[in-house]
Amino acid sequence: MSTASTRACARLSLGPIQYHWPGEKILEFYHAIESTPVDIVYLGESVCSKRRSLRVRDWIEVAERLQSAGKEVVLSTLALLEANSELGMLRRICTNGRFAVEANDMSAVQMLAGETDFIGGASLNIYNPRALGKLVDMGLMRWVMPVEVSKRVLSAFLEGMPAGIETEVFAWGRLPLAYSARCYTARAHKIPKDACAYCCIDYPDGLMLSTRENESFLVLNGIQTQSARVHNLVHELSGPVPGIDIFRISPQSEHTEQVISVFDQVRSGTLDANEASDELESLAATGLCNGYWHSEAGMASCSAVCGP
Amino acid sequence: MARACRYAQNQPVNSSERHQIAMELVCPAGNLPSLKAAIDNGADAVYIGFKDETNARHFAGLNFDNKKIGQCLAYARSHGTRVYVAINTYPQPDNFTKWEGAVDQAAEYGVDALILADIGVMDYAAHKWPELRLHLSVQASATSHEAVRFYAERFGVKRAVIPRVLSVKQVEALVSNSPIPIEVFGFGSLCVMVEGRCYLSSYVTGQGPNTFGACSPASFVRWTETDSKLETRLNGVLIDRVDKDEHAGYPTICKGRFEVNGKTGYAIEEPTSLNTLPILPELLRIGVAAIKIEGRQRSPAYVAKATRVMRAAIDACKRDPENFIPDQAWLAQLTSLSEGAQTTLGAYQRDWQ
Repeated sequence: MSTASTRACARLSLGPIQYHWPGEKILEFYHAIESTPVDIVYLGESVCSKRRSLRVRDWIEVAERLQSAGKEVVLSTLALLEANSELGMLRRICTNGRFAVEANDMSAVQMLAGETDFIGGASLNIYNPRALGKLVDMGLMRWVMPVEVSKRVLSAFLEGMPAGIETEVFAWGRLPLAYSARCYTARAHKIPKDACAYCCIDYPDGLMLSTRENESFLVLNGIQTQSARVHNLVHELSGPVPGIDIFRISPQSEHTEQVISVFDQVRSGTLDANEASDELESLAATGLCNGYWHSEAGMASCSAVCGP
Repeated sequence: MARACRYAQNQPVNSSERHQIAMELVCPAGNLPSLKAAIDNGADAVYIGFKDETNARHFAGLNFDNKKIGQCLAYARSHGTRVYVAINTYPQPDNFTKWEGAVDQAAEYGVDALILADIGVMDYAAHKWPELRLHLSVQASATSHEAVRFYAERFGVKRAVIPRVLSVKQVEALVSNSPIPIEVFGFGSLCVMVEGRCYLSSYVTGQGPNTFGACSPASFVRWTETDSKLETRLNGVLIDRVDKDEHAGYPTICKGRFEVNGKTGYAIEEPTSLNTLPILPELLRIGVAAIKIEGRQRSPAYVAKATRVMRAAIDACKRDPENFIPDQAWLAQLTSLSEGAQTTLGAYQRDWQ
């Protein structure tokens, strides 16, 4: 039961890489992940269909290695689908027959519903139990909360939560805040998306957008816009977990293993959450935030006791 | 049960039928004067919302209460104009009943369609009011025919409004493969992010379109004068800074000026409005079923002008699509209504992307 979850059984997941990295870096990254204590790994491109550092068979190879290392592997999918070619790729992923799929758009749900159990990603906009229940009827077995949903709302969810459905939260990383037809990285280079020359590969953690007061504000990641601050819910691992089954860590170009290790130590009770937060803060040059979780502005940083 | 719906249910579109589609003009109404302005100037349908966060234009002084909605329907009925009610935000567990109430109220009035985004609300409406016509709101973020099929097959949705992210070619492919008619945005303020998946406002203020029904709520906006500049802030975050003699736009995050790679500018989009007049024949040819004007938050004068121009343009285009050229006076009028006094084709044009 979700409500009875304790930190001992909370699992850690690694979300899909949000950025455009060269193939070699991706392979190295997942090789290192094999020996980390993360339980679930989401693989694949969820942001821009033009990014093709790895071929499908490379991804499958990565998936197999991670599976051999004891990880649960899930194939993630695009949040924004525009072209029929993208739907073709989506169908290949949805019918892969071996690995579970994370649906990040209703296009994927339409392909998966009634065919195989699936995971509902954060961009599906599941805001209430009736919406969740409909997707459960179609085969949803796990849902990732929309990033702006608070602890208070999650608690209200739990009363009507269908049995056996797992809840995952975005617990570490720059928040995905928006998707667009326009590529903002290309725009920063004054070129249109069709001539992008894959310029986002030069920004392994996205391209910083600051206010005119030099405040790091947002991060441009191709067609996706992220928060500059890193969302951090490590404190929620230190006590009985309020209905969270899985804590998602979003990959960054450096220190991901260290982040996983810190979360794991807090999970196992060997590291105090405040100390963990201090250590994590040193890995996030543009600051931490957790406002959404406390029913505040997403960019706010609340102490563990603030907010409802 | 719902009162009889006056509006015949649209059938799936096939290519031979596509040219005969009426291309309905759907106009915004944030209050009764705007509704009358839309109807008097040629709207085929108007869309409205209730006075709360159940719709995506939840602004002070805007929208309809129970009493006003009756007057609104009476006026629309007497002019043969359809009325759609937008209940297009996402309820949460503790306020779901408010959305149920909105659905019931609209259904009891016998409105022509509900415009919905949340599948929980859709499920409620489809069960409680099976005769009531449902449209998919742009806030549901459906950008592919598979997503549209999802809503059509599982909730009986009869029309989908699509986000402003597809090129004309992509709209054409979607229309061809969609099981239901497609409505697109034709004129008005431009969301450059996929609608329904933009949390920029809630990131900065805690309130955003999905759950609160407003982007950059006015209560968080501050205009500050310094020695020679005017600064606009949203919950303290500097969105733009202009010279005192310059026009300062409303601090919508995506239309602000920021620094990227050491350069200051409109990193996301300039203040501009969408205008599809130049591609109207294309939209007609590919079989778009309806064109929507954005702007329930705008004045009756705005609604009147935008509706009048779009009505004239659609009529001219339908009479002679091959030779349709947008009238300069129409373009000038739409530009005068636009953010930053400029317009764009947005994502319809690939170069914009």
